[in-house]
Amino acid sequence: MEAIESKVGEPASDETVLVDAARAGDVSAFEKLVRRYDRNVFRIAQHITQNREDAEDVVQDAFLKAYQNLGQFQGQSKFYTWLVRITVNEALMRLRRRRPERMVSIDEDVKTEEDSMPREIADWSPNPEQLYNQAELKEILGKTIQGLPPSFRTVFVLRDVEGLSTEETADALDLSVPAVKSRLLRARLQLRERLNKYFKRRD
Amino acid sequence: MTCSEFLKELTDYLDNSMDDRTKAELEEHLTWCHNCYVVCNTTKRTIEIYRGSELYELPEDLRGKLQAAIIDKCKCSKPENPGK
Repeated sequence: MEAIESKVGEPASDETVLVDAARAGDVSAFEKLVRRYDRNVFRIAQHITQNREDAEDVVQDAFLKAYQNLGQFQGQSKFYTWLVRITVNEALMRLRRRRPERMVSIDEDVKTEEDSMPREIADWSPNPEQLYNQAELKEILGKTIQGLPPSFRTVFVLRDVEGLSTEETADALDLSVPAVKSRLLRARLQLRERLNKYFKRRD
Repeated sequence: MTCSEFLKELTDYLDNSMDDRTKAELEEHLTWCHNCYVVCNTTKRTIEIYRGSELYELPEDLRGKLQAAIIDKCKCSKPENPGK
């Protein structure tokens, strides 16, 4: 079985130049960084908040905050990882505002390992995503990921959708590498379990 | 190797971040354990389906509006501590 390939490549070589120019107040240089990463930031924000309006606000607030605080970006991590960290914080803040009755934390560790043990073992159709049209598939995937605890879906979106490495995900979320791996395993297994009912082979 | 030992290593196996010896042990387990083979395969498909789904793509018209709003706000604001 082949391993999953990473989606995000190395940053373009002009990135340091753009960051330095933006730090000195060059808004057009910053605009290039916005165009480079706004789709990623929106995707992350929408995955975490599960709310379109909040995601739009997070995109604006995260980029503005990044611009205002570029002086504190030391270049030890990639600009994108630093931007992701800001985005996640903004998104979790929005989520907490919308759900004040429930504490939302990235440190949230839900239940025990038992919750992710496979219960139903069923093989899937050869191309399960082709069983549904594009709109139906998006609805299924959206509904399924919405059911995960925020801390799990945050790790899943950074690691598996955006393709950050385990170390970059840990860095962006202030978690240890083992904590990222544990959440990722549980997120992946829970999603798999929930998708069974839509994708299993019907012979 | 037991099934729960296999499951603990599943994330590293799917990410191909393990030594050759452990990988060989896992693959040996997969040759005879149908349940772990199915869990492994469907978990891999789960990741691939989400990655290829274009779920939550930013529509171009909204993208333009957000970019304009961000740049407007940046123009009215200055980076703190400019220069390293």
